[in-house]
Amino acid sequence: MNGFRELLVSVGEISALTVASVRELFKRPFESRLIVHQLEQGGYDSWSITVLAAGFTGMVLSLQFAIGLEPFGASMYTGKLVSLGIVRELGPVLTALLVGGRVGSGYTAEIGSMNVTEQVDAIRALGADPVRKLVMPRVVAMTIALPLLTIMADIVGCLSGAFITMLEVGVTFRFVFDQMTETLWVVDLLHGLSKSVFFGYLIGVIGCWNGLRTFGGTEGVGIATTRTVVYISIAILVSDFALTRIFLAIYG
Amino acid sequence: MAEPIIRFSGVTKSFGDNSVYEGLDLEIHRGETLTIIGGSGVGKSVCLKMLIGLMVPDAGTIHAFGQSVTELGDQGLISLRSRIAMLFQGAALFDSMSVEDNIKYPLIEHNWGTPGEMNKRVSEVLEMVDMPGIQKLKPAELSGGMRKRVGLARSIAIKPEVILYDEPTTGLDPVNVRRINGLILSLQERLGVTSIVVTHDMDTVFTITDRLALVYEKRIAFAGTPDEARNHDLMYLREFIQGGRGTLDIDF
Ligand SMILES: Nc1ncnc2c1ncn2[C@@H]1O[C@H](COP(=O)(O)OP(=O)(O)OP(=O)(O)O)[C@@H](O)[C@H]1O
Ligand SMILES: [Mg+2]
Repeated sequence: MNGFRELLVSVGEISALTVASVRELFKRPFESRLIVHQLEQGGYDSWSITVLAAGFTGMVLSLQFAIGLEPFGASMYTGKLVSLGIVRELGPVLTALLVGGRVGSGYTAEIGSMNVTEQVDAIRALGADPVRKLVMPRVVAMTIALPLLTIMADIVGCLSGAFITMLEVGVTFRFVFDQMTETLWVVDLLHGLSKSVFFGYLIGVIGCWNGLRTFGGTEGVGIATTRTVVYISIAILVSDFALTRIFLAIYG
Repeated sequence: MAEPIIRFSGVTKSFGDNSVYEGLDLEIHRGETLTIIGGSGVGKSVCLKMLIGLMVPDAGTIHAFGQSVTELGDQGLISLRSRIAMLFQGAALFDSMSVEDNIKYPLIEHNWGTPGEMNKRVSEVLEMVDMPGIQKLKPAELSGGMRKRVGLARSIAIKPEVILYDEPTTGLDPVNVRRINGLILSLQERLGVTSIVVTHDMDTVFTITDRLALVYEKRIAFAGTPDEARNHDLMYLREFIQGGRGTLDIDF
């Protein structure tokens, strides 16, 4: 019961932080410099981990399907399944989980240490607003960066999958590639990217929210950071199911 | 005596079950230097933070310059914070920025003027705290005493009328303690600022104080001149003052 109340309070606080960030987004002057900085730090710097994860996921998925479909004489369809699995599900979700762990915890650690050293108070005391200076740029940056990273993951995942399919099933790369491009429709891409926009927002907002409520010195920062990784992962997995249900209803 | 510029009346504040104030009353007059003393964790920092709206009291009122702090909107708070500056306990410099950018922060937020004028102001205030030419250093390269002085430079950059010092000399060597005390005095004498100084250091109290206030049992138990304090009935107060002066023979 207590846990449930805590959950409700958290959701309320996160919603309030979201509203405040959106309001700051529309205030002039536009803090483009801060957003660009966060895009570099959280977004650009995450490309290598994204490529690595997507590459191996595509490969292992192909391996499983190629071998798993063999008894049914269906291994020809490996390319289809791999591309759908990557673009709709694994690209967005795995990228979000990895980037969420890396960037979301970084946000909490950074803002959390600013909070326990009174730097967040100092921002306010000096006439500025922590939501505008700290939260909004990070949430915006992640909401933009994660879909872009996901596109990259989709491409890398499909290509590496095609490569393994070629080796395991014994078809040409061209064959798998054509099969994939025929299978995938714009809606599949939209399906995956819509989810990753939401995941990006979740990573940014949960990371910042946990940072702002950090207390208890450096020990508190450690606790908050760990908590962020857990919260973000759960939020992504749960909302993935809900969003998938919704998008399947919309896009079919 | 003149009408006080700051007045706390009947302020209560608690964090969850932890009640910090139950009926805080305090008045501060223009141009005076008031020191606030009291044991660790009794709420001295909380008192300063409530005054500039960083924390909100549960009940009671706080007036500054004739306005009720709790009723100020965002804009009102920003303009209040340009008149009342705060030097935080750990200086709260922004680690990611150079000394120069730290000091420019409030200047930019309050539209101080052209970049040239801002640079000039930065050198001026660094001169005032006796550390000219360190614009390009990062906070990590500064000693504790230097950080406090840069923090002070940042607080006075936009020419506040009131300065709140949260333990400005705690943890510093005697030379730095004297230097900071000298700065507090000279700011008051040269610029006529009103100072509220939270401190544990009785030397500081007796060098700079016009009046001192003791936080005890969730309220201000005493406010008056050092002489009045020495002769006060409240034994805790006398012990506090004498303890700090290194006298052990408390007469009962
Ligand atoms: N943000 C907060 N959330 C919860 N409790 C807080 C918060 N800030 C302060 N407190 C509590 O309020 C009380 C007073 O804290 P405060 O920092 O004002 O003490 P202090 O008198 O400044 O002590 P010190 O001399 O150690 O700085 C403490 O019990 C502290 O735990
Ligand atoms: Mg304190």
